[in-house]
Amino acid sequence: MSATTVEAGTSLPTWELPITPTLVVSTAIATRDFQDVHHDRDLAQGHGSKDIFLNILTTTGLVQRYVGEWARETLGPDFRIHSCALRLGAPAYPYDTLSFSGTVTDATDGVLSVDVLGAVSLGNHVNATLKVTAS
Amino acid sequence: MSAAEQEAETRDHDWIMARVEEVKALGESEPKPGRDPINQPMINNWLEAIGETDPRYTAGEAPPAMAQVWTMDGLDPTKRANAPLHRTMKIFDDAGFTSVLGTNCDQTYLRPVRVGEEVTLSARLESVVGPKRTGVGEGYFVTTENTWRVGDEVVATMLFRVLKYKPGVSAGSTTGGKVSTTGGKVSTTGGEVDRTQLVRPQMNRDTQFFWEGTAAGELRIQKCNACGELRHPPGPMCPTCHAADRGYVVASGRGRVFSFLVHHAPQLPGKELPATLALVELEEGVRMVGEVLAGRERIEIGTPVQVVFEKIDDDLTLAQWELVEEGSR
Repeated sequence: MSATTVEAGTSLPTWELPITPTLVVSTAIATRDFQDVHHDRDLAQGHGSKDIFLNILTTTGLVQRYVGEWARETLGPDFRIHSCALRLGAPAYPYDTLSFSGTVTDATDGVLSVDVLGAVSLGNHVNATLKVTAS
Repeated sequence: MSAAEQEAETRDHDWIMARVEEVKALGESEPKPGRDPINQPMINNWLEAIGETDPRYTAGEAPPAMAQVWTMDGLDPTKRANAPLHRTMKIFDDAGFTSVLGTNCDQTYLRPVRVGEEVTLSARLESVVGPKRTGVGEGYFVTTENTWRVGDEVVATMLFRVLKYKPGVSAGSTTGGKVSTTGGKVSTTGGEVDRTQLVRPQMNRDTQFFWEGTAAGELRIQKCNACGELRHPPGPMCPTCHAADRGYVVASGRGRVFSFLVHHAPQLPGKELPATLALVELEEGVRMVGEVLAGRERIEIGTPVQVVFEKIDDDLTLAQWELVEEGSR
């Protein structure tokens, strides 16, 4: 299957990811982001946050995992993500659920534009636009 | 006002922009290598944490989403002191804009990078735009551009935008009881909303005292002069003793969230969406509905709130709410 068979309007299957303290902390450390708001609840609350929350590098990784799993199935194993633009919104706190949905908005010349929404109970955590090709 | 606050006061927009120009003039920073070359163990840690299973990433290719990971500064804060973003943040900290919020992160990947390659990071301050009134407070949008290279070849870039802001200085005033002077307009990154277009509350002889109160910076609760019972919303007759003799008391302006909802759609005239609407139980016992203007990202049932008066125009001042810290009242 090639990218040209995917049309604008195609939806990606949704994905629901429970946010746990372990997810927030393990991804923060794996992205070498040691800001206290990503691993220390006392300090995070001291800064006015409800709890620790996902860091941006992890949101980037999760968005690309979501699109990548779909692209691998749909476009094949050699797909490429060329760009990823994130607009950040509500924080993703532990015990919330991050619900991903996505739509192909453009498929001109084999370059797919994929819009992704990652929503939490507080609203939109992230809106992303990715450029993806089959190889 | 403390000495530090006084100093921050004199650091106005012109002072900020002059310092910003100095950082801009530095241009792109010297390419700085990451701690380690691209390596499989760090990729594996990342795959495990993110849950990524693309087989290319266990065969020597680095996930594009790790672009920034290779050059993160780690635990040593001195390492980032000279970075353009850090320098710019310092300017705003000194001017009293102490809070920061990531708003945009736009990455492009020019080619995949592989285990063994050494990536360097150069950064420059791209732009500073402000001051803007936003949903979280007045602030500036600061955009930096990161460029990652292997040797001289650019492999990835990132535009990173943060809002550097004074928390709480938004649509309402910062402290309870003061009338705000925003002129009825609030804006976010999405553009401006004309607050004067909102649906007007009904004003009549029963409610006049309430709206005169909000205009004067007082939150007034109707009181039955016969039996002393407090009631809200105001009405002509006491529901308890049926007396029509009514007065009012001035509330402390403090309460707790009894219930709330976040309104996403449809669009309402004069409202910035999503809007958080709370049913607040006042210390005096009655409940009132209002919009939560500050701190709404951490709202919960039971959260303490403080009234703020939002002047829409000369005819209308609304009693709205902002979240306050537990015990801060």
